[in-house]
Amino acid sequence: MELDSLYQEVILDHYRKPHHKGLQSGFDIQVKHNNPSCGDEVTLNLSISDGVIKAISWDGVGCSISMASVSMMSDLLINQSYENANQILAEFVELMQSKGQSQGNEALLDDAVAFAGVSKFPARIKCALLGWMAYKDASSQLMA
Amino acid sequence: MVDLSQYKKDFPILARTVRGGNPLVYLDSGATSQKPEQVISAEGDFYRKHNAAVHRGAHLLAEEASAAYESARENVASFIGAKAEETIFTKSATESINAIAYSFGNSDSSPKLFLTEGDEIVVSEMEHHANLIPWQQLAKRTGAKLRWFEVTEEGRLDLSNLSSLINSKTKIVAITHQSNVLGSITPLKPITEAARAVGALIVLDACQSVPHFKVDVKELDVDFIMFSGHKMLGPTGVGILWGRESLLNEMSPFLFGGSMIDSVTMTDATWAQLPQKFEAGVPNMAQAVGLSAAVDYLNKVGMNNVHQHEIALTKQTLDGLSRIQGVKIIGPVDIKDRGGVVSFTIDGVHPHDVGQYLDQHGIAVRTGHHCAWPLMRKLNLVGTTRASFHLYNTPDDVNKLLSAVSQVQSYFKVTV
Ligand SMILES: Cc1ncc(COP(=O)(O)O)c(C=O)c1O
Repeated sequence: MELDSLYQEVILDHYRKPHHKGLQSGFDIQVKHNNPSCGDEVTLNLSISDGVIKAISWDGVGCSISMASVSMMSDLLINQSYENANQILAEFVELMQSKGQSQGNEALLDDAVAFAGVSKFPARIKCALLGWMAYKDASSQLMA
Repeated sequence: MVDLSQYKKDFPILARTVRGGNPLVYLDSGATSQKPEQVISAEGDFYRKHNAAVHRGAHLLAEEASAAYESARENVASFIGAKAEETIFTKSATESINAIAYSFGNSDSSPKLFLTEGDEIVVSEMEHHANLIPWQQLAKRTGAKLRWFEVTEEGRLDLSNLSSLINSKTKIVAITHQSNVLGSITPLKPITEAARAVGALIVLDACQSVPHFKVDVKELDVDFIMFSGHKMLGPTGVGILWGRESLLNEMSPFLFGGSMIDSVTMTDATWAQLPQKFEAGVPNMAQAVGLSAAVDYLNKVGMNNVHQHEIALTKQTLDGLSRIQGVKIIGPVDIKDRGGVVSFTIDGVHPHDVGQYLDQHGIAVRTGHHCAWPLMRKLNLVGTTRASFHLYNTPDDVNKLLSAVSQVQSYFKVTV
């Protein structure tokens, strides 16, 4: 079924057991992003020191795609340099815009290549990007 | 159950297939209805044969266009038991509400219609954003206080504090006729009686009522109603504002420009008579004509038949959903005073994911907060999945919905 390309097993796993969920104290910046058309919300705490992503924690409500995406993003970005994180972010955004034409670069995205199927469902792309846009906002404010 | 199955073939879009190669099961008429061929061709014919700017121009086309536009007005007016002069074409219900909310904050309107500090506006927790935000903003502009009816656990309007809520300070009561989320129909009588007793004006959001059951403004003791053409088989881009003639005369217009004037100098202008006073600019003529065709269509089917048909589908849905494990109906389970909108949640699955699963089976529903975010917050929900009906839906549509809903938890591997 076409739907299975959207709801990959690993996505549903992260939805059921999200990583780095629960806001931790001691952050450098907190941002809150939401998706007004569907009501999904993510609050993200971020710490960056010496150009390295030291900590990401988050909380939020939303669909499986938005919640699994922020969970996997946290796994991917923590302990990366700011530059590497930007590259991963750019790769993920490109994958989302690929209209189902890209498999995603597994070397950069690891399990998050599972979101490749989302790019075939235009209405869900903004779900998958919610946490990433929160990260982008927070990190660019910190590094400005 | 009344048999309306002969009408489905009039709606060309319902013959198409959608995701997964499935035939379309359209259960999102609360957001917008589909259009019968009669409406599509009425709009097309206007462009093909009669198009001209109404009330302007000395040529035959302008005469024909004006006649078509004005007869559309008469048709829509009589559909709701109104006079033509009181029936104003707008772009949408949203514009209609904004138009009156603007007037109430404009000192050019008569003092009775002009709000100031100390006045109160009463709405409800179940309002669509379109019947909430204009009043919030009016309250901010004028210093008036916004108050509201709460919603009971069952999903009905809580009238227990009616007598304190509507009091001598109340100037406006703006309330929905039927909730677009819960399906509950507002018991108007106690509210209108309380409002009349204190001299408050009553604004009724009829977006979810006029398209689905007989509404007659002579029988409702209200002052303004509004609805959108696109939810009643008509085109997008046309809505109605109905108001009592005396009030509309006292109100200042919201949009200024061509067609709405009586006389203009370089420094001033005076206004045309009703309804032109509220229709600035070249109006949505083809859409008004399309809406008139939609009214003809609804009259042919009969609004009582439409209502009975939708009630039967709603009952089938409520009964079916209450038998599925993990499904919770949001709104009254009792069919009494209830329309063809059924919201529900499924344990462990977000509404957006429910909607996506249904879409894979060709079933189009709405998910999310339904432009009623405060209601969602009150009910402690992130959103719901909503099925809503119109005359072209069938018991088979409901069966398909129920069957797909019953598979959702297992698809998303929710352990119960
Ligand atoms: C109860 C209610 N009020 C107002 C509106 C606004 O209608 P429109 O968007 O057509 O102006 C809607 C439509 O979604 C509605 O359901």
